[in-house]
Amino acid sequence: MSTPKSTDLGGRALDFVMGIVEAPINGFERLMGRKRMPYLFLAPNLVLFGIFTFLPIAIAVGYAFTGGTGLFVSDRPFVGFDNFRQLLQCEDYLRPGSCRESLFWTAIWNTLWFVGFNVVATLLVALVTALILNRAIAARGFFRAMFFYPVLLSPVVIGLIWKWFLDRNGLLNAFLQMLGVPPEIFLLDVGWSRFFVVVVSVWFHMGFYTLILLAGLQAIPKDLYEAAAIDAASPRRTLFRITLPLLGPNLLVVLILLMIRSVQIFDEAWVLTNGGGPGTANSFIVQYIYQMAFGSDLRLFGLASAASVLMGLVLLALTLIQLRLGRKMES
Amino acid sequence: MSQGLSPIAFLTRTRRPGRIGLTDILSWAWLILGTLAVLVPVVWAGLSSLKPAAEITRFPPTLLPRVAVQQTVPGFDAPLSLWTVNVDGQSREMAMIRRIGLKAQMVDPNNPGTPVSVDVKSMSPVQRLTVATENYTDPLTRFDFLTFLKNSVFVTFVATLLTLIVNALAAFALSKYRFRGEKAIFVLIISTLMIPLTVVMVPAYLVVVGVGLVDSLWGIIIPTIASPTGVFLLRQYMLTIPDELIEAARVDAASEFRIFWRIILPLTAPALAVLAIFSVLWRWNDFLWPLIVLSSRENFTLQVGLNAFQGEFSVQWNYILAMTFLSLAPVTLVFLFLQKYITTGIAGTGMK
Amino acid sequence: MGNLKLTSVTKSFGALTVLHDIDLTIDNGKFVVFVGPSGCGKSTLLRIIAGLEDISGGGIEIGGRDVVHLSPAERKIAMVFQSYALYPHMSVRKNLAFGLENLKFKRSEIDARIAEAARMLALEPYLDRKPRQLSGGQRQRVAIGRSIVRNPDIFLFDEPLSNLDAALRVQTRAEITRLHRQLKTTMIYVTHDQVEAMTMADEIVVLNGGRIEQVGTPLELFDKPRNLFVAGFLGSPRMNILKGKVVAVGETGVTVDVGYGVPLQARIDPAAVAAGQAVLLGIRPAHFAVGGEGLPFVVQYHESLGTETYVYGTFEGSEEQVIVHQAGHFAPERGALLRIMPQPGRMHVFDPDSGLALPRAIEERSAAHEHA
Repeated sequence: MSTPKSTDLGGRALDFVMGIVEAPINGFERLMGRKRMPYLFLAPNLVLFGIFTFLPIAIAVGYAFTGGTGLFVSDRPFVGFDNFRQLLQCEDYLRPGSCRESLFWTAIWNTLWFVGFNVVATLLVALVTALILNRAIAARGFFRAMFFYPVLLSPVVIGLIWKWFLDRNGLLNAFLQMLGVPPEIFLLDVGWSRFFVVVVSVWFHMGFYTLILLAGLQAIPKDLYEAAAIDAASPRRTLFRITLPLLGPNLLVVLILLMIRSVQIFDEAWVLTNGGGPGTANSFIVQYIYQMAFGSDLRLFGLASAASVLMGLVLLALTLIQLRLGRKMES
Repeated sequence: MSQGLSPIAFLTRTRRPGRIGLTDILSWAWLILGTLAVLVPVVWAGLSSLKPAAEITRFPPTLLPRVAVQQTVPGFDAPLSLWTVNVDGQSREMAMIRRIGLKAQMVDPNNPGTPVSVDVKSMSPVQRLTVATENYTDPLTRFDFLTFLKNSVFVTFVATLLTLIVNALAAFALSKYRFRGEKAIFVLIISTLMIPLTVVMVPAYLVVVGVGLVDSLWGIIIPTIASPTGVFLLRQYMLTIPDELIEAARVDAASEFRIFWRIILPLTAPALAVLAIFSVLWRWNDFLWPLIVLSSRENFTLQVGLNAFQGEFSVQWNYILAMTFLSLAPVTLVFLFLQKYITTGIAGTGMK
Repeated sequence: MGNLKLTSVTKSFGALTVLHDIDLTIDNGKFVVFVGPSGCGKSTLLRIIAGLEDISGGGIEIGGRDVVHLSPAERKIAMVFQSYALYPHMSVRKNLAFGLENLKFKRSEIDARIAEAARMLALEPYLDRKPRQLSGGQRQRVAIGRSIVRNPDIFLFDEPLSNLDAALRVQTRAEITRLHRQLKTTMIYVTHDQVEAMTMADEIVVLNGGRIEQVGTPLELFDKPRNLFVAGFLGSPRMNILKGKVVAVGETGVTVDVGYGVPLQARIDPAAVAAGQAVLLGIRPAHFAVGGEGLPFVVQYHESLGTETYVYGTFEGSEEQVIVHQAGHFAPERGALLRIMPQPGRMHVFDPDSGLALPRAIEERSAAHEHA
């Protein structure tokens, strides 16, 4: 955005365009008065939010209680809690095969495992990196940028790059062969593919959390460390008694944020594992919703909506916890 | 350096000039390994994207893109491949005519006489560094890549422009006016931060169908223009602009809209830049929503197109990787030039 | 025409009323200063005149036009803000032009007006600079220039000198006064600094707690404050207030006893008081004669400013501080006992309950203005 200059051509063109845009808006101001202008300025935003966020929320709840394959509510029979019953009916929740909607429970368990490993791994890697970058280390800017770079890439690109890296003819296998280990098709092995979904997720997102934790670390007053040094505190004590307690609130917020985002794992895993493979080893909740609603010709919007509502409730709970922590941090 | 041996020390110690302890070594090892971990998969994919189709699946792979050299030899219709052969303890280049089991029939390419039979084990192909530009030109000319690129550029540009305008207007209203319902509207907008797309994607799709935007680029532009992140970011920045400036402009006979675009917008430029960068990245990398909304190939964005390609050319990695790199290039450029803006912007807002 | 009339102007923010029934008339071409302690409503009143703030009740007329529902621009006013409020992204020239462009003036007219204002304020060398490249004084002049180019009926100044250092403040004060003589346009100037008020104003409006305490020329207010507040607010150091009692009522004045066996003569209307009534006496530090007969004043310390001296002390046996002004060098010892006497006719008498000044003796009262 530059200041429109009436001397240069671009500025004049902009002035001309704005002059046309301005006329009706100024007319509104003359007609309705200055006091009503904020409503006009908010209108585009609120209309879009209304149509594409609030209306869908209302619909989601409504759809969760309808069945059939019709697109619009009028074509859909009311089924009460049937969708929820179908999702939740299970002999043994630990064995997805015993559930009526076994795919859903497979996805839930896959997601839970993923969230657990991903949260711990990302948090540890990000924390260690942030602590190191917080030291008076040379080229801090370079390293910070380096770790942050993957955050900007698209999940599809990341999925493809890693898929190639892990390919039967990829670099990892070449490296293993140099060490005398036979090649492995990692993404067709249940254990390895799950492992690498976590690795790729950490690789993708750790830079973001490092940045947030680093900002928190740099907000800790330097004189606390000087005082600790004068008090002859060992590095271990300094870490556990000063750094981590003072970073605590940031860590909690990062933890919750990480959980919220991990639950929604989809894009990079979908590309990397060819849609959740091998089999359903990497099929997660969002993928389940996507497949129910859009994946096949059978468009089970009711079931998908019910699953969305359940996931939404979990995310809402996590968000509320985060907000509470955030407020506590401020006070 | 007695404490240099503590496993924790390397996380907390600050560097002292002139002394390098274990802590420093561990720190540097972590950082360098991390950097390698980031770079190696990307660079590997980049190098592979330059390899010709025949080379890309060779195992074990070569690091640099090479191709086997072929030469036309008098007396043979087709060009023959060149090999380095060990004959009588001497190394020389020969052209291979055919291969039978463990033996190959070779001939001197410059002086083709009687073919010699050579043990396959004693020969290796002559290779030259080459760049398979066709990996990049083919998708642009033969496949729909250019269409996808055009769609992505259109979506990114238009959506970013609209995102800036719509959210700046809302932020202006919420930062510079006092009016009935101000607080409620702000809370309402910010609360949508809590509703991720993944939760409302099914009904949001139905709304898009309802308003007739399904399978249209506008169907992925319009629904995500209003951004709570954007409103919040811009509002916080606008709050720092003194109200007296706006009053001065009112005394100067400026209409409210003119105050917005002549005073507020130019002064919000730094925050607008941050939001613009975010918006470009969001739009360029967006996958799930376009995947849901777009169904015909001519409307695919790059990300959706790439995903479709990898299903179709499951073995033609040379093309897939080249296209991956074409879609990664703009983001990398943006990052190289605006790295500081982006990292401070994210550290400052805690958003992505 | 730049005459202004406020009738019963009231302003409330929710339950809080910040201006109560303000009535005020300002003649065209006057330099009027609104003065009062912070929170007295003077800035709010200025912003109401500007049209930046709505009123809760009452009427505003500028040049005989009802302007209550008009925007700032339509009121033909211009305003200089405390922070100057220069558009930071525009050059000085653009800052000056912005208002005229909004009013769709011709380019040639805009350029002519900018040239004229720049000449008047010696801004020519800076026209293409951005505000951040200017000194505080230069920014101030740009802010004034932005008002001048508009050629308004009324200039409004909101504490425009508070961000300048002391020396620059004196200089700019003189400059604004010169500008007023040159332009002969109505100017309304808000300040909390009584020196600015006294030196610049044709007329001062003293505000306190959302009410007008007194309106008058600087000397009227100084010599004949209508109440304790005005008496205390104007003049530095502040007026000494003594508790006393009317002991005798004479033909042209009354005798007041403040203790210490020294009866004081005050020239107030004898009909307004009765013997035995409690009153408050106000005497400015400069209005004591030192030496001879008088009240017993024990010196605590003194401040010598070279050309004048302030002596701080108490009356014998009292705790309340009294300040005495003396011209030139004067260095009484700590603990010294001085005899001081209010100069005749320089005493102000107030009713302790209402705080109002008691009416003066007849010949003086007729000379005084009566204001709302």
